[in-house]
Amino acid sequence: MILALFSILAALLFAPFLFGVINRTKALFAGRTGQPLLQMYYDLYKLGNKGVVYSHTISWVFRVYPVLALAGMLLVLLLLPQGGHVALLAGPGDLFALAYILALVRFFNVIAALDTGSSFEGMGASREVQFSALAEIAFLLGLCTLACVTGSYSLSGIYTQLSYSAWLAHGAVFLLIAIAFFIVFLAENARIPVDDPNTHLELTMIHEVMILDSSGPDLAFLHYASALKFWILGSLLIGLLFPIHTGYGLIDVAFAWLGLLVLAVSVGIVESIMARLRLLRVPQLLVSASVFSFVALIFLLR
Amino acid sequence: MNVWLSAFLILMVLSNLALLGSSRLGVCIRCVAFQGWLLAFLPFFVHTEGAVYRLLLIALGTLVLKGFVFPALLTRSMQEADVRREVEPFIGYSLSLLFGLVAWLGCHWIAARFPLPTEPGMVLLLSEALFTMYAGFFLIVSRKKALTQVIGYLVLENGIYIIGITLAQNEPLLVEMGILLDVFAAVFIMGITMFHINREFDHIDTDRLSTLKDWDS
Repeated sequence: MILALFSILAALLFAPFLFGVINRTKALFAGRTGQPLLQMYYDLYKLGNKGVVYSHTISWVFRVYPVLALAGMLLVLLLLPQGGHVALLAGPGDLFALAYILALVRFFNVIAALDTGSSFEGMGASREVQFSALAEIAFLLGLCTLACVTGSYSLSGIYTQLSYSAWLAHGAVFLLIAIAFFIVFLAENARIPVDDPNTHLELTMIHEVMILDSSGPDLAFLHYASALKFWILGSLLIGLLFPIHTGYGLIDVAFAWLGLLVLAVSVGIVESIMARLRLLRVPQLLVSASVFSFVALIFLLR
Repeated sequence: MNVWLSAFLILMVLSNLALLGSSRLGVCIRCVAFQGWLLAFLPFFVHTEGAVYRLLLIALGTLVLKGFVFPALLTRSMQEADVRREVEPFIGYSLSLLFGLVAWLGCHWIAARFPLPTEPGMVLLLSEALFTMYAGFFLIVSRKKALTQVIGYLVLENGIYIIGITLAQNEPLLVEMGILLDVFAAVFIMGITMFHINREFDHIDTDRLSTLKDWDS
């Protein structure tokens, strides 16, 4: 209980830090010094002190969306088991709740982008919907496979039962799901093989284009929500890859954070050594993620 | 289930799916080479007793021919024909993947109904063999370039090889070697044929071969 609260607090505090780690890794690869590790905190502070500019064409959807995005992420954090302890709102079926609260936030993201009436944002919204529809298959099939392995239908049940002895028994299945989750993780967080968070080239943007019209505290909320989303999906991947259960809650949680740091560094490495895929090739990547999940499920069930 | 056997099965499935889903011929050739390396280890998983030299000979022959000689021949004919990728297959790549997954399920269903000597892992290997054969047939039917069809033929042969190694417990060494030699000759001749087709018609699209070159004269 205390531990669950503690890890939520930690997610709220440290989630923006991971983006700093990614940027430092990329800078290191490019031979630059790079931004300060705490750059995103400065950005959030700066944006929080600014005023908001709204377009004349928007309705209430656009005004509500930033709060809704952040609220959705907070709700998901209550469901998220970290370091193998039980989450605050754990219950049977919460794996679907997690997937679809994220989907709900995405839905509002899309209609808020359409609400601005900008054609660029409509383009981004269409891409976001197309790619996330494909990523959802891989994500849900992977979660269902994990539920079949552990025989539990709650995320906390699944992640407390994962361990290295389970890896010995079902290593191939877990590895396939981890690959699928990593691809979904990169796609959902708009990282490089799918989307480049640094460019503002309107032909290729997906996530960045959808928040072009937001400003001030709204933009800060959206950036913060995307940092939390990174933390949430990353925790699901790390909990699968490094299921370390020592019996001391605090140490387990610390290992989970260490795993997230490793994940941030590996995302930085992927972004440094890979180019963004052509837009037409992205669905192929996501379909292959679904194939990995599907193969894992069938391999388990037979 | 044996850890190595399950790793073998998963890698075979993934390489088959990669063959179905990739457009670049270089990737396809590397996948076939990878299957050749995997298949070289198969005799050791399946036959735990019996003469070791026989297994070693089969493994070595498979590794050299399927893992190195065939890919080299295919790469060479790819460079000679100057074809890098399959441009417009009859069935697209995502759809081929989908068909592949459905066919994999079908192969399980069929393999579970075969009357087999009861040994653990046998059903899985049989379904894997059927799926590999399916992938080979599918490549032959759904792709246009002659080179991809040769790759499909090789994959088909890989499936037959899995069945042969798994089910025929005391198949003589001579038969195994004879099959390998036949496949070698086949790939060799196909390479020469492709070279001639390419020189005569300036392409290796099999669907355009049915119209003669001097049709309109």
